[in-house]
Amino acid sequence: MPDTSVAARPEARELTYGEAVNAALRRCLDERPDTLLYGEDIAKPGGVFGVTRGLRRDFGDRVFDTPISESAILGSAVGAAMLGRRPIVEIMWVDFSLVAFDQVVNQLANVRYVSRGELTAPVTIRTQQGSAPGACAQHSQSLEALFLHVPGLRVCMPWTAQDAYDLLVAAVASDDPVLVIENRTLYPAGKGPVALGGPVQTPGGLRVRREGSDATVVTWGAMTARVLAAAAGLADEGISLEVLETVWLNPFPTDEIVASATRTGALAVVHEANVTGGFGAEVVARVAGRGVPLRVPPLRLGLPDTRVPAAPSLVAGLLPGPDAVAGSVRDWLRT
Amino acid sequence: MDGSQPLADLRQVWRMRAFEERVRELRLAGDAVGSIHLGIGQEGVAVGASCLIGPDDAVFATYRGHSWAIACGVEPEKLFAEILGRATGINGGRGGSAHLTAPGYRFFGENSIVGAGAPIACGAALAGRHDGTDRVALTVFGDGAMNQGAVHEAMNFAAAFSLPVVFLCENNSWSELTAIDEMVGEPQLWRRAAGYGMPGERIDGNDPEQVRDRLGDAFEVAREGGGPTLVEAMTQRLVGHYIGDADQYRRPGERERDAENEPVALLTRRLRDAGVPDDEIAGTERAAREEMDAASAVALAAPPADPATAKEHLYA
Ligand SMILES: Cc1ncc(C[n+]2csc(CCOP(=O)(O)OP(=O)(O)O)c2C)c(N)n1
Repeated sequence: MPDTSVAARPEARELTYGEAVNAALRRCLDERPDTLLYGEDIAKPGGVFGVTRGLRRDFGDRVFDTPISESAILGSAVGAAMLGRRPIVEIMWVDFSLVAFDQVVNQLANVRYVSRGELTAPVTIRTQQGSAPGACAQHSQSLEALFLHVPGLRVCMPWTAQDAYDLLVAAVASDDPVLVIENRTLYPAGKGPVALGGPVQTPGGLRVRREGSDATVVTWGAMTARVLAAAAGLADEGISLEVLETVWLNPFPTDEIVASATRTGALAVVHEANVTGGFGAEVVARVAGRGVPLRVPPLRLGLPDTRVPAAPSLVAGLLPGPDAVAGSVRDWLRT
Repeated sequence: MDGSQPLADLRQVWRMRAFEERVRELRLAGDAVGSIHLGIGQEGVAVGASCLIGPDDAVFATYRGHSWAIACGVEPEKLFAEILGRATGINGGRGGSAHLTAPGYRFFGENSIVGAGAPIACGAALAGRHDGTDRVALTVFGDGAMNQGAVHEAMNFAAAFSLPVVFLCENNSWSELTAIDEMVGEPQLWRRAAGYGMPGERIDGNDPEQVRDRLGDAFEVAREGGGPTLVEAMTQRLVGHYIGDADQYRRPGERERDAENEPVALLTRRLRDAGVPDDEIAGTERAAREEMDAASAVALAAPPADPATAKEHLYA
């Protein structure tokens, strides 16, 4: 782990996505004595992906390992937050949050509302999701839509190392509960300059990853890379896509999406989650609800509605890669 | 002591170990991909249990379950093929290493959610009460799973209804990279049984003989209507949590102790004491490696799972 400490003034460091997460955690632990950091294997071993390395050493017992007890991890975070701590907890895979969904949906999301704001639960839940070669059916799901159905919970999904840093810092600073969904395939991803120590952002906003005029493509998470690759290829064919990465899904930048779709007259949403009930449906509904005139019916791309198989040859036929995205978009705009 | 039983045990231990060492080679060579969890060192438990599993019984394992599939009698060739994502795999490539499922062999599958198999095993036992069989459901899980809510609920559920479930905790002292004794107030995990109102005990999981004997008692009690038992089988994994784990968390002296206790060492000592010649002992390993080399070669030659079938089997 390189030095991820914060200098007095904002500065750029060469970090991977995983190291950027580490830097954000370090900054939060450093600047906020009310933070706690805990989860399975995160302290002494430094995390199964090495993301939390060095934090136990530097912050002592505010950073600790837990039993394999997701209900106790999340429930204790709710309680500690009610009593003034600012817990940052890790659920190793989003799939494991399901054994403790009650603590998120019935408990965490209700704290502020039912107490009329007398109580709050500023918990940050870090987790990661997505498919990777050979991952089994219980370690491959993209479940953001489950959480986006829950009012009271903020949700973001960083794709770049800079956003992995900024969004996590914003999540911890937020007085609302925030779910930060990272992606394990990105942790070791290409080092790049990450500005540390900049102003704390508030939840919200989007990233215009590419400007274009023929269609608006909304995407998030690891899918952004595939969409950008597809967009680059299509540009050579004369198809100009505007690629909007919605790093925050709640709050969602509806106005900005509506403005872009109004300009391009075509809307596609691409996510790694399966299509039915995916958040793409909500994006399409919001744009439709505003009466945006579209030249072509909106397009939704994602994993087909099936379980995720282990064999790489089976997965390859399901998850849309850059070529499949480009092909679908090309066919769609031709209709 | 007659050497025939320990020799048979060692033969089975080697079949499991040779299978997994071959899996490791295939993973490192890139023929298999993804996270693969080996139970190398823990084979004594599955070997001892294998003869206890009756025709109507149901076994529920975890991602570290290759040896349990072999203990249930699944052909190694079909397991290799599954782990390699081949069309001829026991699940046609859908399950993979962490989700092997072979109900025709009484193997109701691995599970990648810690502790999730325990309540399901309660259901298998419950079904047995209504389908006229004398089914015992065996649920196998690690020490870390003892801290999962689902396991607690399952133990009480089975005890409350006196269900024929055998809860078998394979205590290898590590839950991924974290030591179990730092994650519980009472490291003698078997003692929890009393709180549920069921018998419990700790046994040496490295000794198939002892597993057969003591786990056998639990099976018998369950089969005769006496309800569930918690058995904590002490063992060790000689390898990382998954293939690729740098495995740097071991305590001083641990590896030396493990090397002495693990089932191959234990059974070899026993066979020597019984006067079994060394080349007969060594023959068990040789035969197992030959079997697994041949089985993996067949699996490697099979075609990958057909992408056109990826959406099949979602609904009835
Ligand atoms: C509910 C849940 N939480 C966390 C995990 C991640 N995980 C996979 S294996 C493991 C350790 C399990 O340890 P133990 O039960 O002792 O079994 P062992 O791996 O040693 O066989 C963890 C935490 C998971 N798969 N499911």
